[in-house]
Amino acid sequence: MRCPMASETSFQQEFAIEGGDFNNAGRASSRLRNILKQIGISPLVIRRVSTASYEAEMNVVLYARRGTLSFMVTPEKITIVVEDEGQGIADIGLAMQEGYSTASREIREMGFGAGMGLPNIKKNADELEISSEVGLGTTVRFSVKI
Amino acid sequence: MSNRIHSLYIDPGKCDGRMACLRVCPTEAIRVRGGKARILEDRCIDCGECITTCPSNAIVPLTDSFTDFSKFQHVVAIPSPVLYGQFSDIVLPDHILSALRKIGFDDVGDVAQACELVSMAIEEFWAQYQGPRPVISAFCPTIVRLIQVRFTDLSELLLPIESPMEIAAREVKLKKSKELGLSQSRIGAIYVTPCPAKMVAIRRHPRKKKSFLDGAVSIADVYGPLLSAMSDQEAVIEGREMRKVSGIGLGWPILGGVIKSLKLKNCLAVSGLSEVIRIFEEIEKGKLRDVEFIECRTCPAGCIGGSLTVENPYVARSKIVKLLEIFGEQPQQNTDYIKKLYRAKYFLLDEKLQLRPVRPLAEDVSQAIQLMKQKQGIYEGLPKIDCGACGSPNCMAFAEDVVRKEAKLTDCIFVLLERQSASSGGSGQSAEHGGEKADDSQGRRRETRFKGKNSF
Repeated sequence: MRCPMASETSFQQEFAIEGGDFNNAGRASSRLRNILKQIGISPLVIRRVSTASYEAEMNVVLYARRGTLSFMVTPEKITIVVEDEGQGIADIGLAMQEGYSTASREIREMGFGAGMGLPNIKKNADELEISSEVGLGTTVRFSVKI
Repeated sequence: MSNRIHSLYIDPGKCDGRMACLRVCPTEAIRVRGGKARILEDRCIDCGECITTCPSNAIVPLTDSFTDFSKFQHVVAIPSPVLYGQFSDIVLPDHILSALRKIGFDDVGDVAQACELVSMAIEEFWAQYQGPRPVISAFCPTIVRLIQVRFTDLSELLLPIESPMEIAAREVKLKKSKELGLSQSRIGAIYVTPCPAKMVAIRRHPRKKKSFLDGAVSIADVYGPLLSAMSDQEAVIEGREMRKVSGIGLGWPILGGVIKSLKLKNCLAVSGLSEVIRIFEEIEKGKLRDVEFIECRTCPAGCIGGSLTVENPYVARSKIVKLLEIFGEQPQQNTDYIKKLYRAKYFLLDEKLQLRPVRPLAEDVSQAIQLMKQKQGIYEGLPKIDCGACGSPNCMAFAEDVVRKEAKLTDCIFVLLERQSASSGGSGQSAEHGGEKADDSQGRRRETRFKGKNSF
């Protein structure tokens, strides 16, 4: 709805993400990466998109019940929206700080939860918007210019 | 195949299109068209999976034959140390090298010593290395090709150190040209190879203008002649070639042999192409950054599992392990000498790896996006059972082939049936089937059309 005039030349798709499914964690981002390769997006842009989308995807796997990763590619930019049903983020400003994390010890022991997820998305995206409602879920929307 | 970029050849006379290769190819580089398999050159990474899988023995490696070497005045066999594990326990490397002379080579060179040199060179490299991690070993040519074709982002992680077979050939040529007063170009250095991928790396060195090796024969091809040469009881010329060899280099053909020879703290050894691909995907995601070095092998268990070997890889492994006990782990090479060579860039590969990513659907992004949409649309209408009857390895690859105009939509037997039943307009049985299918695929299309509609 925020991009009502999705350009004629666009490709979009959606992948489901399961919370807690570590076997398939990262799959949506790697499919996205493959699609971008076939479209001929430059390696640098692909790297930025997939680093950011992987972080966003992992946030769903780690903290939410389920979610979706949808993306749209136009000749100008790649937009990614990761929506989830989960615990939500109480203080987005705090969550954007490097090193801040609410991760449990188990998650940290698996090598995640270093508090770099959202900051990493910000670093790689040209635009970033986060909205969240505690107890309901989070939507992370970002885009990278081509 | 005229320019012989690849090491495989599919014999159309023998191929009967049974599609075993189609399913096993890890890079989806095979298509069956008109009942015959063919290789898509730009996707093939020379792993040799199809050679071992083909039930009709129609896929053959393009190695050289003995007669190809007449143009050289002095022909030196340089066997992969894999060869040392191919015979019975009582056959030592010296016996094998001397048998190589008997079957017609003028001279022999040993790669195990070069392995030790290279492991010392890696230590030198590591002492100064500040770049990104993990560094990926580049001795398996298929791994290098995999990176060229599918994991281009990882190319900067490839170890820039020359492989032992090249170092061995270089050493031999230097030594022999001095000894015999011949120019190096008159000396032929022939690798005795466990796999077809090394052959390709010799024909076209991925990171240098030219290889020091001049050709390769397969272990399988020399195995028989070597056996008979060993069975005649002539005395072995003891110890000539193997004076400076140790277990450090002899262990390289088995998985873990490379990292064992290095004094690094955090290393992995991975074998089997699907496992390597999984590890590479992890690295692409930015993981494993704390790992220093990864030894990657296409063949399970290491080079002893190469498709041109004879002995079962697990048996070969135990034979190599016994050799390690006999030869011990005491370094045999002169450290100061290696350091000097290293500083003189003797081991360094400074040419950039040429990347060959699979070409996008179109050069122009807008056009590629359109084609991507088309591809997805076609895919949604396919049965998604990856039967391979169309000649492409799976439905997704088929959709891409159609979009690239390399296949027709009606090559899919299900699409063809659907169309036929639609046009024949209601002969009982096919209408029932067709009707059901059409509903189903429409349902699917509808579903995908509405998915994510509100997100943008």
